[in-house]
Amino acid sequence: MPLTLQEVEHIATLARLELSAEEKARYRQQLSAILDYIAKLQELDTSDIPATASLLAVESHLRPDEPRPGLEVDVLLKNAPQVEQNQFKIPPVFE
Amino acid sequence: MSPLTDLTLLEAQTALRNGEISSRELTRACLERIAALEPSLHAFLHLANEQAASRADEADQEFVALRKSQSTNSQFINLLFTKPLLGIPLAVKDVLAVENLPCTAGSKILEGFFPPFTATAVKRLQDAGAIVIGKTNTDEFAMGSSTENSTYGVTHNPWDTSRVPGGSSGGSAAAVAARLVPAALGTDTGGSVRQPAAFCGVTGLKPTYGRVSRYGLVAYGSSLDCVGALGRTVEDVALLFLIMAGRDALDATTQDVALPDIKFDAGADRDLPLRGLRIGVPQEYFVRGIQAEVEASVRAAIDVLESLGAEVRDVSLPHSEYALPVYYILAPAEASANLARYDGIRYGPRIQAESMWDIFYRTRGRKFGAEVERRIMLGTYALSAGYYDAYYGQAQKVRTLIKRDFEQVFEQVDVIAAPVAPTTAFPIGAHGDDPLAMYLEDVFTLPANLAGVPGLAFPVGFDGKGLPVGMQLMGGHFREDLLFRVAHAYQQVADWHFRKPGI
Repeated sequence: MPLTLQEVEHIATLARLELSAEEKARYRQQLSAILDYIAKLQELDTSDIPATASLLAVESHLRPDEPRPGLEVDVLLKNAPQVEQNQFKIPPVFE
Repeated sequence: MSPLTDLTLLEAQTALRNGEISSRELTRACLERIAALEPSLHAFLHLANEQAASRADEADQEFVALRKSQSTNSQFINLLFTKPLLGIPLAVKDVLAVENLPCTAGSKILEGFFPPFTATAVKRLQDAGAIVIGKTNTDEFAMGSSTENSTYGVTHNPWDTSRVPGGSSGGSAAAVAARLVPAALGTDTGGSVRQPAAFCGVTGLKPTYGRVSRYGLVAYGSSLDCVGALGRTVEDVALLFLIMAGRDALDATTQDVALPDIKFDAGADRDLPLRGLRIGVPQEYFVRGIQAEVEASVRAAIDVLESLGAEVRDVSLPHSEYALPVYYILAPAEASANLARYDGIRYGPRIQAESMWDIFYRTRGRKFGAEVERRIMLGTYALSAGYYDAYYGQAQKVRTLIKRDFEQVFEQVDVIAAPVAPTTAFPIGAHGDDPLAMYLEDVFTLPANLAGVPGLAFPVGFDGKGLPVGMQLMGGHFREDLLFRVAHAYQQVADWHFRKPGI
């Protein structure tokens, strides 16, 4: 079942992607083809099959929650696109 | 004497220890060959010429100091154990963080990013004395099978530069095949070490899930991602694996499983080194559409394994055909979450806008490439309200069936032997703008990632066009030792892995 343009726009919004009209049209066609292929999975009856979320045979290891040194602020900010007063700078988020 | 760049990793190690060559000579030879061949290959995204040269000098001083101090044999043997890679240059796929080198993951969204730490896998190799000579090309965020999805241009296959090297670790595979470096690191989420190893005629390992730390790896599909190694011989790859593997406090998914005792010496069974070993050949991997020469080479290699004493049996992995649809739900779903962090706020470039939301939309919309956007959207859709059970939930259940297939087969045999990819390296541009056609390149490699089992690819022949054919061995969880044993026995009687591209 092909995706509608509205569905493509909705997914792009959820994924925070600004797309051009041309991209929307192209992805609509390509994603529809991929979803058609993926629909093959519906052939299988999995009602008695548990889901595999993790391959690990044992529980993940937890470490003691103790303070330890982290990266210095200047190191962390070195890659930031915009910095002010030792903080990441962004446009205002409150009206 | 043949050029220094022809030395395998183990040969280089011996020559350095015996004082026959210096690390400076070896590193310079690599850098010179890179300078000469990069214009036609484009295997690297960043080179660390100066850093590598000074690391090489430091390594040489360490060797000299040991010899001058009339060091006892035991001191030298100690060095062998603590720094087995002293003075050896390696390349690292540009999805693994190395301090003081850029890390782009082949993406514009990480352009100019310098990670403030080094990935554990790389750190362990550096602690063992290895020198990082540069970062290799990759499909953007390791999403692809050809390096054509790299923002920074495609890597060319050293056997035929009009063809792709495979992907996503295509830069590493091309660099090893072209003798630019003795070995390199790659990553494998759906075949990204094994398929380029096959296309370039080198040996490449995807370890068991949880065997090698992913700390410092740019995350793609976290239930699938593995850090692996590419080299020219099984021994070289095994050495890197042994150094990288093991529990890491910085990656909670790494497991406390003892490292295997890898026996390369066949001992008394010199003529039949694989006696007592059972090898399964899955019928589902020899299907319509597979290139005849690929099938012929792989079957001939299986005959060689039989002649070395292995018992060969037909086995079945009945859910193999579902691996592709399962993978293209799970990997994009995980990617859509992992790639949410690229928002133009804390690192990477930002497209400036009036509101923070518009910064997100614009930065991501303009800096991610098409394949990454497609997978983020596919994953977002599969996880979205109303579709979650039908897509993500169903894929996780079918993953269980695929995992069980492997468990059942490994009750009957020790190792599975199969082709790595249905064809040899395809021409650049062959799949145009058809993502599904590109996905089909991975049909034979995806199952191992979904089941978490190790896979080892190595060359077993060439097709009529002179392009390498690869075979892969898969084993049970944490049984890399069996893969090494079988592939090493093969490499003792075959010489495909010593063939050199004419570039």
